[in-house]
Amino acid sequence: MVELVNRPYAGAFEAYAVAHPEVLCLSADLTSSCEIDGFRDRHPEQFLSLGMAEQNMMSFAGGLGLAGFRPFLHTFGVFLYRRPYDQLIASVAYPRRKVRLMGFLPGVTTPGGMTHQAIEDISVMRSIPNMTILETGDATEVESIVEAADSVDGPVYARVLRGQVPRLFDTPIVVGKARELSLGSDVLVITAGITTEEALRARGALEKAGVSIRHIHLNTIKPFDAQYLLDHLHSVRHGVVTLENHVTEGGIGSLVAETIADAGIAKRLVRLGLKDTYAHGGSRPYLMRTYGLDAPALVAAIERLTGESFGITDADLDAVRIDAVHSSAKAEAL
Amino acid sequence: MATRPTSTKPRKTPRRPNTRTTEEIALGIRRRVFEHTIRNNGGYLSQACSAAEQLAWLYNEELHIGEPTLPPLPEPFGGVPSATNSGYHTGAGYNGPALPQFDRLIFAPAHYALVAYATLIEVGRLAPEALGQFNRDGSSVEMIGAEHSPGMEVHNGTLGVGLSTAAGLAWGRRRKGETGRVWVFMSDGEVEEGQTWEAVQAAAYHGIDTLNAIVDVNAQQCDGAMSSVMDVRDIRQKFEAFGAVVAEVDGHDVAALRRAAKTPHPGQPLIILAKTNPFKGMNHLERRFPRLHYVRFKDEADRAATNDAIAAELGVSPVDYSR
Repeated sequence: MVELVNRPYAGAFEAYAVAHPEVLCLSADLTSSCEIDGFRDRHPEQFLSLGMAEQNMMSFAGGLGLAGFRPFLHTFGVFLYRRPYDQLIASVAYPRRKVRLMGFLPGVTTPGGMTHQAIEDISVMRSIPNMTILETGDATEVESIVEAADSVDGPVYARVLRGQVPRLFDTPIVVGKARELSLGSDVLVITAGITTEEALRARGALEKAGVSIRHIHLNTIKPFDAQYLLDHLHSVRHGVVTLENHVTEGGIGSLVAETIADAGIAKRLVRLGLKDTYAHGGSRPYLMRTYGLDAPALVAAIERLTGESFGITDADLDAVRIDAVHSSAKAEAL
Repeated sequence: MATRPTSTKPRKTPRRPNTRTTEEIALGIRRRVFEHTIRNNGGYLSQACSAAEQLAWLYNEELHIGEPTLPPLPEPFGGVPSATNSGYHTGAGYNGPALPQFDRLIFAPAHYALVAYATLIEVGRLAPEALGQFNRDGSSVEMIGAEHSPGMEVHNGTLGVGLSTAAGLAWGRRRKGETGRVWVFMSDGEVEEGQTWEAVQAAAYHGIDTLNAIVDVNAQQCDGAMSSVMDVRDIRQKFEAFGAVVAEVDGHDVAALRRAAKTPHPGQPLIILAKTNPFKGMNHLERRFPRLHYVRFKDEADRAATNDAIAAELGVSPVDYSR
């Protein structure tokens, strides 16, 4: 049974910020939802409430960066790029301010529906010059995201998990360094964020079926080492499946497609993710099942790629974790 | 934070002696922008009419800034900020070094760039020849002021971001114990952007009283008279309601600008509403109303007539643009 860590961001941020006084904690009315309420209460001198006004928060953060501070902006991912996109470019990305954008509730990890689900954030951020993109996939990565983000000489957007987060890894994020979770020779599987846990659910069943999986977990999406990916692509027989908590346009699937095309190599690619569609409000397992982001979807894709049928059923996969919709780990279901 | 070169040390006397009056400098700004507009066959002329006294007053009197750290003739465009562009710097060096005791100026309406450059020339911070690079390919003296353009520190061509940036900068400088203030030169059209009000409420909430803004209230915007585009209602009341201290003055009366800047505003930002005339000093422009945002000439006769009429108003000879 996987270990679940309660609110890993809260303690990690506090420990890091207290030791780094030039780090500032900014919030836009989602303080407890982003697990910084304790920090606000214990370190009010390092906390700036900027209200439900993200455009100002973004440019204000640019000004703080100009003054030599490294502000961490806390809100839901969607609110860091949809409304304040103009400010993101002019005040943060262009001048390479050391502003750390902590985007909570990536993709379908929220039942909040379209307005709360950041499903195209990676696509948007990837196309912004000077931007670095990190994504957390477990409690250890959440615990290390603050230090990792703050090590970057320029702006950073991070997809951060909150609440009860499984611990899958025992080493912190190293910016630019992917994790090699298995080194098989049939199919390359690329995952990031919560989809890594899904791929791990399918691991045992796929092994039993005799398919050899090479599984890479990405926590740094930009910058991206194309040669690293090509080396892994050359090591598998059939091709590659990408599974992302994001639309398939502009995210990890696109990244792999571009790498393949740029290098002119012939490898088949199956991109799993939201297929040119919005999601809606619902539980995470329901949404992942509905939109094909879960372990069964991955198995089906691998079957397509290899031309084999493994006869794997839901019962063969490791159990889905069901979070309580209202739990002590979350201020509210949103 | 290497946004400004620091290699050139400021002179011991930070403030240059004011050898000319602010009124003389304002007239110089109008003449220079006029000459450029005639030669260039168009330009941001009305902005010089409305803003000349404000910018002349800021640079000649109010701003506590050091000697320029960048050469009188601007370097060509040096590339955008990137991980590999190590020599990158903004145009803020024309406002002196970013030292703790000095004021900073955020020039919010980047479309006033021509007027800003003319001001820098009139106060001796930029060579007159710099205007020859205006809007030329490969030049940093861009038509819409970029952060690498003379006198600029951030990109404000997307209107409404300047005040927020200045508020963050002022908060950060106060936190570091720096005594220098942050001034913003704004345009009144920016009050149509919601971000302006977000900025004022945040600055008031955080008690950022080292933040000062002067707004060129010329009641003009790109489409024409502001009243024909959007009714912004009583902006003094609005600024006050959002938490600023407001001083409302005649933007062409330098003595009134001086008094306005002395308005006490403890715990609150100061907003000076400088009510201005978009034809000030060039009444000939009035016949173009409401198309004042960018002055274009219909034909050669229009250009010649404008040249003769405004030259007479400004007390100079008509521009010989045939050469």
